[in-house]
Formats: sequence, structure tokens, C-alpha cells
Amino acid sequence: MTPEELENVASEQKQTQAKYRYSLNVCMAAGCLSQKSDQVKEALEKEVERQGRQHECAVKGVGCLGLCAAGPLVAVEQPAADAAGAAVGERGMPRLLYKAVTAADAADIVAALDGPPVQRIQYPTSAPFFIRQKKIVLENSGFIDPERLEEYLAAGGYESLLKVLTQMTPQEVVAEISQSGLRGRGGGGFPTGLKWGTVAKARGGQKYVICNADEGDPGAFMDRSVLESDPHRVLEGMAIAGYAVGASTGYIYVRAEYPLAVKRLKAAIRQAERAGLLGANIFGTTFSFGIEIRLGAGAFVCGEETALIASIEGRRGQPRPRPPYPAEYGLWGCPTLINNVETFANVPPIIRNGAGWFASIGTEKSKGTKVFALAGKVVNTGLIEVPMGMTLRQIIFEIGGGTPPGTKFKAVQTGGPSGGCIPEEHLDVPVDYESLAALGSIMGSGGMIVMDDTSDMVDVAKFFMDFCMTESCGKCTPCRAGTAQMYELLDRIGKGRATAADLALLEDLCDMVKHTSLCGLGMTAPNPVLSTLRYFRHEYERKLVKEEGGNGSSHAKAEVRG
Amino acid sequence: MSEQTVPVTLQIDGRDCSAHSGQTILQVARENGIDIPTLCFLEGLSGWGGCRLCLVEVKGVARLLPACVTRVAEGMEVTTSSPRLQKYRRMVLELLFAERNHICSVCVSNGVCELQDLAQRLGLTHVSMPYRYPRMPYDASHDLFRLDHNRCVLCTRCVRVCDEVEGAHTWDVMGRGIDSRVIIDLNDAWAGSESCTMCGKCVNVCPTGSLSRKGTGVAENEKRNEFLAYLRTMRGARQ
Repeated sequence: MTPEELENVASEQKQTQAKYRYSLNVCMAAGCLSQKSDQVKEALEKEVERQGRQHECAVKGVGCLGLCAAGPLVAVEQPAADAAGAAVGERGMPRLLYKAVTAADAADIVAALDGPPVQRIQYPTSAPFFIRQKKIVLENSGFIDPERLEEYLAAGGYESLLKVLTQMTPQEVVAEISQSGLRGRGGGGFPTGLKWGTVAKARGGQKYVICNADEGDPGAFMDRSVLESDPHRVLEGMAIAGYAVGASTGYIYVRAEYPLAVKRLKAAIRQAERAGLLGANIFGTTFSFGIEIRLGAGAFVCGEETALIASIEGRRGQPRPRPPYPAEYGLWGCPTLINNVETFANVPPIIRNGAGWFASIGTEKSKGTKVFALAGKVVNTGLIEVPMGMTLRQIIFEIGGGTPPGTKFKAVQTGGPSGGCIPEEHLDVPVDYESLAALGSIMGSGGMIVMDDTSDMVDVAKFFMDFCMTESCGKCTPCRAGTAQMYELLDRIGKGRATAADLALLEDLCDMVKHTSLCGLGMTAPNPVLSTLRYFRHEYERKLVKEEGGNGSSHAKAEVRG
Repeated sequence: MSEQTVPVTLQIDGRDCSAHSGQTILQVARENGIDIPTLCFLEGLSGWGGCRLCLVEVKGVARLLPACVTRVAEGMEVTTSSPRLQKYRRMVLELLFAERNHICSVCVSNGVCELQDLAQRLGLTHVSMPYRYPRMPYDASHDLFRLDHNRCVLCTRCVRVCDEVEGAHTWDVMGRGIDSRVIIDLNDAWAGSESCTMCGKCVNVCPTGSLSRKGTGVAENEKRNEFLAYLRTMRGARQ
């Protein structure tokens, strides 16, 4: 594809879209699909035809609309009005949204296109859930059909790739990413530009780019939604990274449990290859870049970069000690850049809008936005994107709508099994890498589980320890045997059979496993225990056998008798 | 990784040491008579970094680093022993002892066991963690060797020596976490293994009584006194 062709396809698609006064966007991401949104789409298509409006009303499947709790979701957009410049509000917000739509609602929805909306299923788009969000990564999510390249192109897709290939040197790209302040969205928060620069400077003819899509935290579905809703964005980000670091091959390591994401990724790669947006001599330049998919078998530890690389190489997914880091010695011994899905998804908008624009969003040390998967005891479960620096309270109570009526908020768990629980009194801290770490949790990849007062904190810690124990690869002693010991101790505490000495041993083990484990899995496995001990110690102590009291009193009696 | 090695100087436990950049901290320490306890490490096999006994403190690095695989660098300041490190090392041993069934008194390797030696050297007087007492299988199908999972510490020396030195790759690890186990071929009995060359390297590198030669265990010391009757008959026949 030449730059002119890119522009032609994009403008043709825009014209096609502008022909329609209305567009019914049906969410076809995993959450709504599981509630039969495909049947809703079918019913809407039939209904549009039956009411003879197929020339002015399009029905299309789109990616995640965010409010998973109220699915299946249907958004009503007005492409013709948008094309004429009548766009209201910020991009990323639906114009009109219907919630919990069934096939039976189709007739009413189509009939109400010109008049007032169907009130019984309308969800107000002026709700805080929508207006408090800021969409960068998810800007296309819910608006474009993830299975059609043309729609991504019409939304400005691959323009950033064209820009870097024709107007920028690799060094300039690295500098741009560095200046943007983007940090790794997989959870570590390592400065992305620095990583790119290291790989770019590494010696070696062959280099690789890897996209880590092995999202494994319980309750987290950010990467999955991005891949299901806007797969081309990730491919474009990877190609830009490939150009910046000098790599010609990319791998996407995605778990096989995400069949829809895999299907859409495969389709996207095929479309991009056919259009010449991936492959040899992209846009007629000397830059060539191909992307392959590798399916993971669902081991949590394969999200650790060295284990992921081992898995791609066909070996057992086990981490190895670093250094050397993959930037120096990665896939098949070659310098390798490995970033998370969301990190790559941030790249095209940074190139398009400039590092300064991105750096103006967020806090001093954490720039841009973060996608979170809100789950647990919260009214608006779903996928959200907020600027860094928003407080946890705003996220949970304004966007999330708080805990369901009749329940009381107790804690929020961020960072999955590597993170920690944050209680009510710390909800006013801004969400950024440093603040969450100071509270004993981590930013993590974006899982956010809200808990109400029915949650028992020892039980919560035990759940995550069970997860870490089962997912430990077994290579290093502290993680393999230590998590098993900690799990047994937590089990005993939970059953009211543990003593103060057991609690002391648990704390000793937390310290030891944290500092001696080989990889991040083991190093962070004690975090759920440590953070619940920090804020909810009384819940542990309440369950202990009163060993000392008992001994003390019997001892005293003996003395009296003596 | 390291195309060319360059001479470096570093400090280990306050002592100035010279080395070349391709060496590991463990190598340099041992050259200088500084002892760092190891278990999964064995000279001649690739580094593994799994047992975590050789962790050392390096100034300016927040994490503890495994001496067996960490390369030295110019100006590095290494501490190989501190109260904290000793505590962690003892806890590693405790975790290993509590993980499976290490009962020295009835073990074929009693007295010649690296795990036992380490416990004595590091002053491990008792195990404070609850023993897990798992039910582990035992493979005595082979004519010459025995595999006892009860004594395995998952150091993977057998896996590495078989793959890297013998080239047979009979051994591997299956399962994960606490359920990890070394296996022969595709989790087959040792006796029928087609890849095993019976070289015995795995048995000789095993640090514990997990792999042993047959005929060395309790109740295996069979006496063969048939020779006496035979000799008597033969001598009687000659007379």
C-alpha cells in the first residue's frame, strides 16, 4: 500500500460511513457476546430491513463499550452528523446507549431512531461512568468494527506508522516515546522509551519485538478487550517499535483462553499483510516487519518476560535469572523488546499527537491514562480508562458507582495476585505507580477488584496465595515451597487453628519469599498477605488460638498451687 | 553474550579480587577461598539459579543476586555472608526439608548427602516449618538405579547433566509449583526407557538420596555364601 492508497481507502470508508444517518453499534466483545449480543445484532439487522431503513441505518459489530455489567450494549451513533462536524462531546463516548438489550427490543430501537429514545433500556451517557473517563487506548473501542481494516484506517489508523517511516528516524521515534513519559503498562512501570533505547542500541543483526498478551491476573480483562476491540492498534504499535529498535519480526504471545482475541488478531494480521501494512517494504520504504502469533497454554508465569521467551522458543515456560535482560539477550539469544498490549496500544496516538500532548495527561511521574478492569462488588463492572492521578475513590464511587446498595465498601485490590488490598482510608490517593507502591500494592496490569464488608481478608489472602502456589513454575525453592507453606499457614489461620507463632512464621516467610525468589511471581506473591496484614491485622489476630493467654493462666495457677 | 572478556577488579567481603568479566561471582569467590553455599550449582553444568542458597548482596542493587549465574563487573562490592543472608539460607533449607520426606536415618545417602552437609554447615538445628509429608512415588524398576521422589530437591542437576553432557535428555520436569517432579521420558518407568543410556551420570550428580545405585540401601546388602558349598564340593571332588 502506498501512502496515497492509504488515504484513498480511509476517505472512501469515511464517505461510506457518512452515507448513513444512523449506525447501531452492537458490542461484540467477549462480555456482551456471552450474553448473546450476536443475536441482538441479527435481530437489529432484520428489523432495519423490515422497517425499510437499510439505506440510512447501518448495523455493525464493534468492540467493548465498557459497561460490561449492563450488557448486551447497543450504541446509536449518527455518522452523517459526525462527518458534518456535529460531533458532540469527546471522542470515546457513545451518543446514545441502550443497556441489557435483547432481540425483542430490536423493533423498538429501530422505530425510535428519529424520535425520543426507548426509555426502559436507555442508559444515560451523561452518567459519571462515561464523562469521567478519558480514552486514548480505547478511543476506537466501541466505535469501529474490529474485524475491518478499513474502519481502523478511517479512524486514522496506520497514519502514525506512515509518519515514522517517512518522516522520522528510529532515534527520533525513541526520543518521542521517551519524552512522552510512557511507562510499561504490564505493571512494572519501566520507562518505555528507555527500554526501546536499550534495544535499539544493543548490538546484533537480528532483533525481535514481542507483545505480551498473556494477561493472567484473576478478574483482569484489559488486554483482552483491547485485542478484541481494536487489534490493528496493537499491530501498528508493534511495527513502530520494530522500526525504532531495528527489528523485522514481532511475536504476539497471547493465551489460548482468549479465542476471540486470537481470531481477531489473526484476521487483523492477514488484512494488514494483504494491504502491505505488514510484510516487506512497508509503504515502499526499506522497512519490513512481520508479526506472528504464539499461543500460550495459560500459565500465569509465562507473563514473566524470560518465561514467555522460553515458551516461544518451545521450551518449558520457566523464568531465568536476569541480568542479562531480554533487551540484551532475549528471544533465541537476540536483543528483544518486550512490551505489554496496552503499552503498544499507546504508541500510535503518541506519534500522532506528539509526546507533549501525552505528557500533559496524568501526573508528574505517571503520564497518560490507564485502563482498568473494574470487577467485584461494584455497580458498574466493566472496562474503564482514566487519566493517571485520578483517585481510587473517584474511580470506584463515581465511575464505578460504588458498592451495590446495602453493602459497605471494605477494600479494593489492585494488581491481582502481585498486588495488595487498599482500605477505605487510603482511597484518596491518586492512581499512579509510586502512590500505589507506597500503599503496599502495585499498579499492576489494571485489575481492580472491589470488596465489600462480607469479604474476609484472611480468605482473600488465601485465595491469592492459592493462585500463586498453583501458578508457581517450581524452579526456585522460595516460590515453590514457600508459597505452599504460606498457603497452609493461611488455611490454618482461617480455620482458627493457628497460633501467634504461626503468624510470626507467616510474616518471616513473606519477607523471605519476597526477597529471595527468582522472578516477579515469587517476589510479589506475599503482597496480598503483607497488605492485608498491614491494614487488617486484627482480622488475622482475631482468628488465632489464644495460646499464650492459656499457657500464662495455667502457669499462674501452678505457681499459686506451688 | 560476552564476546570478549576484560580484566576486572571487585570486592568480595571486603577483599579485593581480580577476575575477568565472563566469570561469575561464585567462581571468583571460590578462587579466592571464599565459600558460598550452593545446591543446584555443579561445576561443569549450566547455571540454574533455582535453589537460592548462593544469593549474595551486591552494593547498589536492591535485589539479592544468585552468585552462581551473576557475572562480575568492575568495582562490584559483594557481601556473601550477613545475618540476613544466613537467615534466608537457613529458611531455604528448612523449606526443602519440609517440602518432601527427607528422613536422614533411613536414607541411602545418610552421611554423603549435600543437603545434610549444608544443614550442618549452616547450623540448621531444627525445622520450624510444618512438614508437608506428601505421598511421593518411587521408581525401582531399573536394574541398576533407583529414583526416590521423596528425597528430590528439584535441583535439576540430573536433567542438565543428561541433556548437556550425555546428550540423551532422558530427564525433564513435569507439573509445576509444589507438584513439580523430575520425570523419565514422558513420565515412563525407568526400566523401559529407550533414551536412557544407563551411563549413571544423573545418579552421580544427584546431591541427595533421590537417585542412587541399587544395592546400596537398607536391606539390600545381600550376602552370597553359596561359594562355600561350591568350594567344598570342588575341593572334595579333587581329593
